[in-house]
Amino acid sequence: MLQLVFTSPARRTPASAARARTLAELTEGEWGILAKINLPEEASRRLMALGFLPGTRIEAGRAAPGGDPRIYRVDGAEIALRAETAACLILEPAGEDARR
Amino acid sequence: MIGACHCESCALAGAQGKTSGKPAIVAIVGPPNSGKSTLFNRLTGLRQKVANYPGVTVEHRVGKTRVARGHEVTLVDLPGIYSLTPCSEDERIAHDVLTGRMPGMPRPDAVIVVLDANLLSRHLTVAAPVLALGLPAMVVLNMADELRERGGHVDVEALAEHLGAPVVLASAARGEGLEPVLAFLDGEIRTGAPRLDRALLNDIPRCRLWAQHLGARTWKPPSPPVWTQRLDRIFLHPVAGPLIFLAVVVAVFQTIFLGARPLMDAVQALINASGEWVGRRVPGEALRSLAVDGVWAGAGSVVVFLPQILLLFLFIGILEDSGYLARAALIADRTMARVGLQGKSFIPLISAYACAVPAILATRTIESRRDRIATILIAPLMTCSARLPVYTLLIAAFIPERPLLGPLLGTRAAALLGLYVLGFLAAIATAGLLKSAILKSERTPFVLELPPYRRPTLRSLGLRLFDRTKIFLTRVGTIILAVSLILWALANLPLEDGSRPPIERSYAGRLGHAVEPVIRPLGFNWKIGVGLITSLAAREVIVSTLGTIYGIEGDAASGSLQESVRKDLTPAAAFALLVFFAFALQCISTIAVVRRETGSWKWPALQFFYMGTLAYTGAWLTYRLASMWGA
Repeated sequence: MLQLVFTSPARRTPASAARARTLAELTEGEWGILAKINLPEEASRRLMALGFLPGTRIEAGRAAPGGDPRIYRVDGAEIALRAETAACLILEPAGEDARR
Repeated sequence: MIGACHCESCALAGAQGKTSGKPAIVAIVGPPNSGKSTLFNRLTGLRQKVANYPGVTVEHRVGKTRVARGHEVTLVDLPGIYSLTPCSEDERIAHDVLTGRMPGMPRPDAVIVVLDANLLSRHLTVAAPVLALGLPAMVVLNMADELRERGGHVDVEALAEHLGAPVVLASAARGEGLEPVLAFLDGEIRTGAPRLDRALLNDIPRCRLWAQHLGARTWKPPSPPVWTQRLDRIFLHPVAGPLIFLAVVVAVFQTIFLGARPLMDAVQALINASGEWVGRRVPGEALRSLAVDGVWAGAGSVVVFLPQILLLFLFIGILEDSGYLARAALIADRTMARVGLQGKSFIPLISAYACAVPAILATRTIESRRDRIATILIAPLMTCSARLPVYTLLIAAFIPERPLLGPLLGTRAAALLGLYVLGFLAAIATAGLLKSAILKSERTPFVLELPPYRRPTLRSLGLRLFDRTKIFLTRVGTIILAVSLILWALANLPLEDGSRPPIERSYAGRLGHAVEPVIRPLGFNWKIGVGLITSLAAREVIVSTLGTIYGIEGDAASGSLQESVRKDLTPAAAFALLVFFAFALQCISTIAVVRRETGSWKWPALQFFYMGTLAYTGAWLTYRLASMWGA
């Protein structure tokens, strides 16, 4: 169960067609479908309990002044995540998600 | 790891026959921000008390409610949870109480599950595992008024049918729709057998899937909260947001300082008058001195600060209930991140403005032990309400009131604000130091749910103030009174020729003179020395101590405590004393709770000496600089 994926939150590769986007790449008003959570089990369980489950539609909302953390809308609730966390939430590849 | 514990609750779940009697203990459970506490307050009113779970120091509320015909039910308000999977301490407690595994707590006879009707599909995720436990349950869909206004709808009957439990739409804040809840508490509404698969208990994805399906069938979601989005556009605006944050803070301090004045004067007058009244009626010089100098001048001088403390709590209450505090946490998160603390540390730190003890208990939601200890260590640097009497006394005595920003901010409020900022900066800097040296750890994700903005209700604010008054007066009546009496005795002994000695030769005087060489570099005299010693018990005790000493010296009768302090200290020494109190760990309760929570004397000792060194150095520097500037 334990997923040890080492991703540096600071490193951001540009979204390409081949590579799935992360939640951190969404700007206000964009949305995507969550594919998987690249975090240790404890942390991803916590996020799942808050509604960040694979298959869920997540919409990006406003960011705090300074651009981080950002608010995400998950079935009616507003939850703030830091960019470093949002970068570990992988979205379904583009094409299945839509803009606006 | 968790699976093993369910066998026991399975057996208990079978014992449904027990429900034929009336329930005696009912637990209230639900996700955070679903209005559990509002419902609890609505049902119990003033008949509640804060208690600790035996063995674990997490506070919870217990209250009694009288349902029909003299039948009383004990209600237990459980911590807000997102799931029953014991991830954090809060969830473990909720789980243990509901399964009857909490030592010293009988298993509840029934449970009320409180969900926000506006977030039904998401909140059903919490209902699923709770209902699966098999206790007789009622589901309260709270905030029905908001659901109606935002055009949402719930098919209550269909939902009840699916859940196998009675469901009611209610608004705890407005007191609407609560009759069925009372009937349930009275044992009049029977619940059927739960229709939920026990496998749902620990499987969050399955719980969610189930909740989403059920929500889709029985619930029409309300339109998004338009007002919340409008307000967030202002409060989280890149420029206006931080400015408003600052303005709110400034307004709070200005009001605490100026707004509380008339009330404090009234309380002061009341205490003076009653002191004189008692002085005239108590026979015998010694007894009269005990009453007037010991009790009234001592403990009484602290009571004066009640209005100010209540005003502070009124503001914290409004900010918290309205939902603004969560936005403030969001704005402050970048600063927290920079020193390596996670956002979760922010909430305990905010509650440390009230008192470090509940703040330290609140760190239990932090999963990482190193982050938790770092937060515990810095919490007492935040300005707690026990410092407020000391600050107010010295600021009012030494800083003349002048407008700084027109009527918006005066010098006194600015000085008070400065002291709060000083404590906050010290906490942040200490956190940075700890996290880069002895308590390095991986960052854990910051997750913060933002509730919609809501209008705070008078009822909830009133209850907060009532609670706070009770706590404050208990403190005055116990620890502060006790120290005042001991000090009065020390200031009146040993007897010389059968009467009391000049205060300089009393035990208190000798004690003060003994420490004087140490504190002289800070500009403090022996009286402040006595105050510093007694305030090791609790910070505000220095106020009562000075009240007693000046009272016995005799010049207190001629003027207020404020004037006596002004005569006794130089302004430079007063500023040094303020800085000393901003940093020093003078609080027995904090030391005890840190020892208990960290499990060793190492941390409280480190904390005490670190804060003591900071206080001494800071006070010395302040005294030197202020003297140089001619203060």
